[in-house]
Amino acid sequence: MSDHKPSIRTPLSRVRYLGAARSGTKHFWHQRLTSVALIPLTIGAVFVVIGLLGRNHAAVVQILGSSPVAIGMLLFVLVSIYHMWLGMQVIIEDYVHDELPKYAALMSNTFFSCAVGLTAVFAVLKLSFGL
Amino acid sequence: MAEAKTSTAKDRPLSPHLQIYRPTLTMMMSIVHRITGAALYFGTLLLVWWLTAAAAGPNAYANVQWVMGTVIGRLVLFGYTWALIHHMLGGIRHLIWDTGHGLGPVEREWLTVATLIGSIGLTVILWFVGYLTMGGIR
Repeated sequence: MSDHKPSIRTPLSRVRYLGAARSGTKHFWHQRLTSVALIPLTIGAVFVVIGLLGRNHAAVVQILGSSPVAIGMLLFVLVSIYHMWLGMQVIIEDYVHDELPKYAALMSNTFFSCAVGLTAVFAVLKLSFGL
Repeated sequence: MAEAKTSTAKDRPLSPHLQIYRPTLTMMMSIVHRITGAALYFGTLLLVWWLTAAAAGPNAYANVQWVMGTVIGRLVLFGYTWALIHHMLGGIRHLIWDTGHGLGPVEREWLTVATLIGSIGLTVILWFVGYLTMGGIR
């Protein structure tokens, strides 16, 4: 392509498609990867929630805290949070163009996602370990 | 780049935005996919609230159950259910398109209509099943 022009990039770095952002197609790929994973995880989570409707607190704690449900719920929460973090980043980059608001929004996206994700994981673990 | 600022260049419509196009179903569904995604982003707060309440104890869990049981609570949950199902079916549609299939003029419209009908139908079915497990409408 532009091999005749002088460049400090090595041929290896060029074929790895890792350009200036140092990440290449990772963002796009992880969005798809998490979306595929979320199809069975979402279906499972919906059935768990329906199964818990109308039950009292003790029964809910027992079912949510059981190993298979807790592990499934942890996977659902973690993959969802990563998926929505990636998605919101795209929305922000599409609509917020000024540097300061853009970086403030991108940082808020990360803070929100980490806080929500960690809180959910903590709650599931607490239910499971019965503390 | 000085010649770009002449009067002839100024009148030319540059970079037409959404309002210049006739709305199509695939376009509207693309926008809805993004809107449901953003709604689900904040909807995770409901999931986290429910999980932390269950972990906190019977009183906190009873509060969540009461709020979710009100008319507004149920409407929000119904919207959350639809957004989740719609975003999932829309995501499957996009995964099919990612493989290069279903992009023809007939298939893409068919897939888009199927997503919309499927999401509304599945949401109603899920709520019907939900009310059945709770022992009828209360």
